[in-house]
Amino acid sequence: MQTLLEVRNLKVYYYLEDGIVKAVDGVNFFIRKGETVGLVGESGSGKSTFGLSLLRLVPTPGKIVGGQILFNGTDLARVEERRIRLLRGKRISMVFQDPMTSLNPLMRIEEHLMETIRIQERLTQKEAERRVKTLLSEVGIPPERGKDYPHQFSGGMRQRVGIALGIALNPDLLIADEFTSALDVIVQFQILSLMKKLRASHNMAMIFISHDISLVSEIADKIALMYAGQIVEFAPAVAFFEEHLHPYSRGLLDSVPNIELSDQTLSYIPGMPPDLINPPSGCRFYPRCPEAEDKCREKDPPLIEVKPEYWVKCFKYERKRR
Amino acid sequence: MIDVKYSLSKHIVSGIRAIFPRRTAEYFALIGLILILSIIVMAIFAPLIAPYNPIKKVGDILERPSNKFILGTDGLGRDILSRIIFGARTAILVTFLAISISLSVGVFLGLLSGYIGGKFDSVFSLIMDAVYSFPGLILAIVLTAMLGPGIVNTAIAIAVIYTPTYFRMVRGLVLSLKESLFVEAARAIGARDRTIVFKYIFPNVISSVPIVLSLNAADAVLTLAALSFLGLGLPAPTPDWGFDLKAGHAYLAAKIWWPSTFPGLMIVILTLGFSLLGEGINELLNPELRR
Repeated sequence: MQTLLEVRNLKVYYYLEDGIVKAVDGVNFFIRKGETVGLVGESGSGKSTFGLSLLRLVPTPGKIVGGQILFNGTDLARVEERRIRLLRGKRISMVFQDPMTSLNPLMRIEEHLMETIRIQERLTQKEAERRVKTLLSEVGIPPERGKDYPHQFSGGMRQRVGIALGIALNPDLLIADEFTSALDVIVQFQILSLMKKLRASHNMAMIFISHDISLVSEIADKIALMYAGQIVEFAPAVAFFEEHLHPYSRGLLDSVPNIELSDQTLSYIPGMPPDLINPPSGCRFYPRCPEAEDKCREKDPPLIEVKPEYWVKCFKYERKRR
Repeated sequence: MIDVKYSLSKHIVSGIRAIFPRRTAEYFALIGLILILSIIVMAIFAPLIAPYNPIKKVGDILERPSNKFILGTDGLGRDILSRIIFGARTAILVTFLAISISLSVGVFLGLLSGYIGGKFDSVFSLIMDAVYSFPGLILAIVLTAMLGPGIVNTAIAIAVIYTPTYFRMVRGLVLSLKESLFVEAARAIGARDRTIVFKYIFPNVISSVPIVLSLNAADAVLTLAALSFLGLGLPAPTPDWGFDLKAGHAYLAAKIWWPSTFPGLMIVILTLGFSLLGEGINELLNPELRR
């Protein structure tokens, strides 16, 4: 299948008074048409910054300092503001984490949708209204509730509105940033199944950003695991959950509680994620890695393709390949 | 029969309850509103209400209040009641003009400055803070002295004093609102800066304006009166409370109280009206002040 978006060696830094935070530092990534990639990582690993940088919405003092974001042959990291604005919402759109604050409290639900549609497309009032009605019923909101204001909606309902906004213009790529984290588990499940349905009917690719690895396993075709601003493992979901080759992935998956082993002590990865102002030299995971070797301290391991479509950023697999 | 009477009286009671306010704050706001509205009505219908021409000599000088001249006449033999009624026009006109100018300039610049940030913001904040740090009346005196007398000039001088209040309030709100998720979401659907400022930020800011506006209006009435009292406001024959107060002030020593008391009372009433309205709204809208 055709590659939709390719990111090459992307670097996004925040320039603070205390120093430069290297939130995204040399990320390589791609997504194909209609594919869902789960971008997983702990808090502060740079996954949200990565998501925002794809639409060039990184808040100041953040800046894209290097690399390319190739979308249909244009480099979004360099294209002029006017042209990227035309892409936002239309070709690449975004669903935000907190449905409580991502809607304007003084705008009716249907006005939000109307605005989204009419910013990018010239439609008559009638046509736009019809589109709004279809969208609302598509995400499971009774169309007559479009007249309501955000505060009259529950969290789950608001996130449905968020999704309707995301798919309003049939984008090729939807970036969903932790968009179920503010919801309870049952609503999460409903929203997730809604998302699966819409992804198929709209033929969208999705980047699903989350810290919840079991949630991601429900929906993703591929997993990209981020650690300290870098992608350390990038693999098809099934293979990832079977093999998880990177030492960090192992630690992470071992720390997911298992309901069948009732009296297990929960295992965890010792230490803390590194300070992104002064990241450790060499491999970023080296200070916490149980399998670290001397060379890990000195050299940054490359992303190694262990087998087709399966990349790991660890020296352990360098020999095997050759 | 008794039943009907009972339910009727109950209806009347609940009807009265619905019209009349329940909390002190509501009384404040209502009384303030009534005071302001009656003065506005007076200003609009001045030619119909006033018994005499306010700038013509219609009787002897300094006549006591009587049936002919209800509030007496001033040092030039003009009817004080008529002058007060026409004076309402000056007061209302200048106050509203001044408040509209400072409101629109302050809110607009506050929106821009807060949203754009950077050097633009620094420069405007500095200017506004400089103006704000001046004692208001002194600044108004300097400005009227520079601009010369007249309704528009006086309004501008007063407007300059109150612009920073709106600017600072709006800028502060914009600074926090522009970081909010719904603004980021608007950006993510490709909204232009203009759309974001006027459709997403402005409506969320404007709700805080009425309180400040009402309290500023009270202040503006006093400033106008002070300027006129000092002879810096409007040119001579224009009926103006502050100016009449000053003119009547000279006769107080001779126990001739009516030329200064009534204009002074009007200034107090209008100021009180705006203050009560402002405090009332403030208390009604601000849950932290409710007990």
